[in-house]
Amino acid sequence: MNGARIVAGYALRESLRRRVFTVVLILTALFLALYGWGASTAFDSVEGFSGGSEGVDGKVITGSSILGLAMFSILFLGAVLAVFLTLSAVRGDAERGLLQPLVVRPVGRTQLLFGRFAAAAGVCASYAAGVYLIAMLITGAVGGWWPDRVLTPGLGLVGAVVVIAAIALLGSVYLSATANGIAVFMVFGAGLAAGLLGQIGAGLDVKSLERVAEVTAWLLPFEALYQSGLHGLTADASGFTDFAVQLGPFGGAEDSGPFLWPWAVVYVGLLGLAARAGFARRDL
Amino acid sequence: MPAALAATGLTKSYGAKQALAGADLRVESGELFGLLGPNGAGKSTLMKIACGLVRPSSGTIEVHGTAAGSLEARRSVGYLAELFRFPGWLDADELLLLHQRLAGSQGGSAERAELLALVGLSDASAVKVEAMSKGMQQRLGIAQALVGSPRLLMLDEPTSALDPVGRRVVRDLLTELRSRGVAVLLNSHLLSEIELVCDRVAIMLGGRIVQQGVPAELGKAQGVEVETASGKRRFEGAGRDDAPRIVAELVGAGEQVYSVTVLASTLEDTYLEAVEGV
Repeated sequence: MNGARIVAGYALRESLRRRVFTVVLILTALFLALYGWGASTAFDSVEGFSGGSEGVDGKVITGSSILGLAMFSILFLGAVLAVFLTLSAVRGDAERGLLQPLVVRPVGRTQLLFGRFAAAAGVCASYAAGVYLIAMLITGAVGGWWPDRVLTPGLGLVGAVVVIAAIALLGSVYLSATANGIAVFMVFGAGLAAGLLGQIGAGLDVKSLERVAEVTAWLLPFEALYQSGLHGLTADASGFTDFAVQLGPFGGAEDSGPFLWPWAVVYVGLLGLAARAGFARRDL
Repeated sequence: MPAALAATGLTKSYGAKQALAGADLRVESGELFGLLGPNGAGKSTLMKIACGLVRPSSGTIEVHGTAAGSLEARRSVGYLAELFRFPGWLDADELLLLHQRLAGSQGGSAERAELLALVGLSDASAVKVEAMSKGMQQRLGIAQALVGSPRLLMLDEPTSALDPVGRRVVRDLLTELRSRGVAVLLNSHLLSEIELVCDRVAIMLGGRIVQQGVPAELGKAQGVEVETASGKRRFEGAGRDDAPRIVAELVGAGEQVYSVTVLASTLEDTYLEAVEGV
């Protein structure tokens, strides 16, 4: 695995030097600043809210809603990073003549692929975990509210962006950079749209829509991981507060059970095998 | 002793297009071998198969007795593609360091400095690739191909972006490599260059080797020209071996001979004849 380590180090340095990384960092800084301002305003506006006879906890609803919004933004920016760091890893780099000098070296193609994945996944996972942590700290600092599960939402985001990086890497074996970027964002959008359909299905009690969302979430486990992460924000909520949270924009959040993470690992492994098989047969 | 490169009946098809149609080639250790042919003849494809970048459709190809493309074969190969690119953010020294690590070279900074000196880039070790001219990048590419002291070096149009001085540097480098026992497979459109440095050449056409041999022997005899007191006389169809007899006959006939020139076609003539049927 020495070759994979060297390639990962090279890809990591390359990632950090890409313009997209700087753009994402600037966008993230702007986002966090706006988030802090928005969170402060939101908590201020519900400060006097007693909750009425139903016992609705305004702080929980506000905190989970705005941190849920933040998680969506983090997922989106993490997906942008994941896609741009991997979209041209194989075919795109081969077309530009960047890949051949590396492949000729006595490093297996599998190691090369693994190194690229490790670097992209590492950058995206660190990014998602870091920004989630900051957003959570901002929420706690300005509103005094903390998620019921501190780690689960962050882990869900980390898992989701790693899965997206794996999908984009697989796409890079078969598609040109532009086509791959478009395809991965379409897949990403399809996952989110399915989640939304599930939420609509739950609201209207349409089982077929819920079923479509469920199947899609497992076919594209970044969606299930994201939903599972969202669920961690208010895992202990009950009564009318829980009901109110489900009415919000993140009502689709749900705990996907103990098989989600093992399935996500298997899923990434299967993508890796498919990428390996395609790369092994590709003429450069 | 196995050949540095041995290809037998090598074919490669890209869909309906046949890039190689049964190429046979043998490059011995320490030999400087030139590959000639028009665009699309299959020269680059042959090199790519030898490097493991492209899979052959059929036939066999070995590098120092091991299957081309295997990890073992790739350990002994250095390659510079015709169309290559290095990350612009790396400087020359960093690029060579990366390739040293990938090749498992223990040469360290001494090897990097030596390679940069060999290609005339000693002063550019800290220059980023993106700040280099195309010619400098090509020379850096040759240095990169030499990382890890390969026993077979494959260069695909290595001097296409070089000025005359840069070409001279590469020619001297190739001669130096030959003296070190490195086999070189050189693909170039510059026939004069091939003629100057290569021990043997092969002409490829339609995915096959149609002619190969020592450059001087590939040229066909085109007569002997003799300068006598009565002027220049040309003996058509005569070759080098006929020159003493011709001179003896002329002297015997009372002629005064001032010079004798054996006329032969150049490598360029041979190439054009093979490619265009001229």
